[in-house]
Amino acid sequence: MAAHRCGLSLVCILIFSSLAHPSSCDTLEKANDNTATKRSISEVNTDGSVAGEDMNERQWQSTDVEVNRSDGTKTSETFTPAPAPAPARDQFQEELVIRPLHSGDIYASFQFRTLWDTDFLQERQKKVSHYRLFPKSLGQVLSKFSVRELHISFTQGFWRTMQWGQPFIPSPPGAELWVWFHHTVSDVDGNWKELTNVLSGIFCASLNFIDMTNTVQPSASFKPLGLGNATDHRFLRYATLPREIVCTENLTPWKKLLPCGSKAGLAVLMKSEKLFHSSFHSQAVHIRPICQDEQCTSKAWELRQTLNVVFDHYTSGQGKKEWSLFKMFSRTLTEACPLASSSKVYVDITDNPEGELFELSPATHLLSRAVVLGDRRTYSVYDLTRAETFGQLRSFNLLLRWKGDSGDMLRPLLHAERYVAGFGLQTGEIHTVIYNNHPYRAFPVLLMDSVPWYLQLYVHTLTVTSKSRDNKPSYIHYQPAKDRHRPHLLEMLIQLPPHSMTEVTVQFERALILKDLTSSALVPSMVAMSTNFTQDQPLFSSFVPVKEESSYFVRVYTEPLLVNLPTPDFSMPYNVICLTCTVVAVGYGSFYNLLTRTFQVDEPSPPLAKRLANFIRRIRGVPLLA
Amino acid sequence: MAAPLTLLLIVAVTIRAVLFRSSLAELISERVEVVSPLNAWKRVVEGLALLDLGVSPYSGDVFHETPLMIYLFHFTVDYAEIVFMVSPYFVDCLSCFLAPLDRFRKQKYALESDRYPADCLELLRSPKEMFYIPLKVAMFYLLNPFTILSCVAKSTCGLNNAIIALFIFCTLKGSALLSGILLALATYQSIYPLTLFAPALLFFLQRLYIPVNLRRSSFWFFTLQYAFIYVGSLVVITGLSFFLLGSWDFIPSVYGFIFSVPDLTPNIGLFWYFFAEMFEHFRLFFICVFQINVFFYTIPLSIKLKEHPVFLIFMQIAIISIFKSYPTVGDVALYMAFLPAWSHLYRFLRNIFLVSCVLLACSALFPVLWHLWIYAGSANSNFYYAITLLFNFGQILLVSDYFYAYLRREHHLIHGLYLKKKDGTEATLVLK
Repeated sequence: MAAHRCGLSLVCILIFSSLAHPSSCDTLEKANDNTATKRSISEVNTDGSVAGEDMNERQWQSTDVEVNRSDGTKTSETFTPAPAPAPARDQFQEELVIRPLHSGDIYASFQFRTLWDTDFLQERQKKVSHYRLFPKSLGQVLSKFSVRELHISFTQGFWRTMQWGQPFIPSPPGAELWVWFHHTVSDVDGNWKELTNVLSGIFCASLNFIDMTNTVQPSASFKPLGLGNATDHRFLRYATLPREIVCTENLTPWKKLLPCGSKAGLAVLMKSEKLFHSSFHSQAVHIRPICQDEQCTSKAWELRQTLNVVFDHYTSGQGKKEWSLFKMFSRTLTEACPLASSSKVYVDITDNPEGELFELSPATHLLSRAVVLGDRRTYSVYDLTRAETFGQLRSFNLLLRWKGDSGDMLRPLLHAERYVAGFGLQTGEIHTVIYNNHPYRAFPVLLMDSVPWYLQLYVHTLTVTSKSRDNKPSYIHYQPAKDRHRPHLLEMLIQLPPHSMTEVTVQFERALILKDLTSSALVPSMVAMSTNFTQDQPLFSSFVPVKEESSYFVRVYTEPLLVNLPTPDFSMPYNVICLTCTVVAVGYGSFYNLLTRTFQVDEPSPPLAKRLANFIRRIRGVPLLA
Repeated sequence: MAAPLTLLLIVAVTIRAVLFRSSLAELISERVEVVSPLNAWKRVVEGLALLDLGVSPYSGDVFHETPLMIYLFHFTVDYAEIVFMVSPYFVDCLSCFLAPLDRFRKQKYALESDRYPADCLELLRSPKEMFYIPLKVAMFYLLNPFTILSCVAKSTCGLNNAIIALFIFCTLKGSALLSGILLALATYQSIYPLTLFAPALLFFLQRLYIPVNLRRSSFWFFTLQYAFIYVGSLVVITGLSFFLLGSWDFIPSVYGFIFSVPDLTPNIGLFWYFFAEMFEHFRLFFICVFQINVFFYTIPLSIKLKEHPVFLIFMQIAIISIFKSYPTVGDVALYMAFLPAWSHLYRFLRNIFLVSCVLLACSALFPVLWHLWIYAGSANSNFYYAITLLFNFGQILLVSDYFYAYLRREHHLIHGLYLKKKDGTEATLVLK
């Protein structure tokens, strides 16, 4: 019987749009209104220059002063290392962003950032052995495997872009790991293999299932996000495990990496029975080198741990949109992490500027404004390092009450979906549909698709159509699969016309799957990224990068695909072996017969009685019978 | 003779042209019975697309044609239909050989007729019968549904068949040079025709009246000459591919693919399901056991049939088509085209009716069970496997039956048709 198998296909679209004057673009703002999220994932850096960071720092410092004003001027919150006292070589910041979604769900995003101005790779001769805030387990891994950048995410559930808008950091369902190795590494594959096994131990995940059959080296997607200008994709490894189940055993080791663990600070809210009782759960670790100062004289390592949850309180909570920290996490906050230099809670109140839609309690007069994914958002800020936040009860329980209905959600600017067409178990067609909802801007997107070897892609059937016209990709990189060794990798650069639907189709053939693969999953993934790098600035310079003239990129993952594969029936392997061998033996036997024997006239042998009689006669010496 | 042959050609071309233009063409080109990973047209197009993208077509697991083939299609891809329409007619050449063959045999008979018993006369074919054999062979090949399917699917198997047919034609015409070159080309295309070296050599030896005697220098002289032509052309062709491609990538991708059978897509052969079920540990051993079947029978058959090299060619082609790793119906059609040439064996066939029924029923059941397994989901792979098993069983019976009949006819030619036992009653022949 044809067994059902899980195939995952991810589309990752990195959009890089530079909006010169977003404030003047009313239509654009409208379109962005609902897609934008707290954090703008800003520029991808390939050239490693730091001019941009310099600008940011100064801006944030100056705006920090203006925090208390809610007069509509640009106010923003940042977590810059600059005001911190010089002696501390490492620092830790934490924040929680809560955003009510239009579907009635609540999106909570935790971010923990540890900065350490050491260099694991260059100081290898005098080994880094004294760890303060940075987790030692990860530090050792970084220096042992010469990792330059490491991004790992574990996700349960699928992010519904159409209902929820863009996430702060997108991630595909299951586990995703991509690593840039230092250019001094000679045996990248060996390092990668070991690294996945070590990480598998650190995060209690089945990352050890990452092998050459699901690892790809994207040539254009997944550029380094941190410092560094090496773009030689030989040092990049990317793999996803779409069937990885994320659960408590992955959360516990993740929490242990935090300086305060789950004892104090925002991490006390992370109770696994609540976090996993949600429609979407994603935890990630991002490590990258960034510039320590404006001239980039010294490097610092940044460890960002993020945890994103979407609670479906609206549907599971009797249709009420009210929420509170206690309701969501069954905990309240009592203190900030003592080691944290900053600890804040943000609530997105962009849709509620005058407080007519909902009401927050306790109220705060601290407001922050930031441009997130090209969209200006307003946030209420609760600073946990201040005693007055906790009030008389020494406990902080944020509460939101709805007064009216929220408006309609606008479609996200960029959206992609994917499905398998065709019937039967022999051939099929993968359709990927990418929507550009922008009214007048065309976006260059880079699609990456990694399809496991047991789907045989036919790249000559690749078609890209926009507005029912052929849209020829300007760049195609294709690496065909090798059976049981390597997946397909397809990357292409496509220009999405404004307000359009672009359909990418490619035909495939299903291979008869072998028994050693019956439990493994398919991982086709698609990545898109543009080459329109307008600014040379390290990405993620802060939790909340604020740049009014923002160019940003978005990564979109499509839903996983489930692909049925024809399978042999393993109920009777011995029968098959025996029967096939029998047929071969019949062939052999009949040829052997004809080859070795000759035709003779059949002379019937005398009957048994006569032969016996002759035998006795021979003994007796009597003449034989005829 | 010419008029019916022309008519036949017109009919054959019409059928193919109509099918090429119909919607069935696409359906046929996806059938696993008709195309294999080695010769599917879709994969040729994919290889060309990869070449256009600047990727080596052999870097993936999709393209397994030889480099010469891809460069042939690189220039003729727009005329592919014509190439495929034309290729079966080379097999027509096959039909032409039978006339000289039988004339040859007739002369031999006339010379040695004294030695044959008188009652064997009815075993020999009348000139009238022989006159129609080329037409029958052409008809059997050109109108064979297997050939038509293979041609409409643009399976490159048709081209390989054409090369083998040309090789046989040149061999029978007595051109050792062309025969050696074409045999090298056929070997280069799919390795297995390697075994046709022995019958070709035997034919030339017979033709030149050189006895097969290991102590005779003339035997060794000719053998080495022919081997040199063959190996030399093989080296030249392989070298040419290397210079066209610039790397040896095609060796593992084409010949490694044929020998190690990594692609287990169902086909009409014996390999796919066996190795899908086989434990990985024993894989290498059984690959050897299965692959050796093609080459295994060459030497014993050559010894047994050293007087009958044409029949030996037939036997070898049939064995190749049964035991090759990715067989298609096109391969079956090639050896079936020989069957009319052995029409004089008909009276000695033991179970031709049963075998015909089995083969016909299997051909009908292939698409049915495939549909049930892949599309309807109401059957499983075992059903399809059972049919492939039966089909191969039928083929083996057919080939061994013809072998039996041939040997028996030879026996009768020497010992007379109506054999008597010692006591004068009618004797039965048995193999001992």
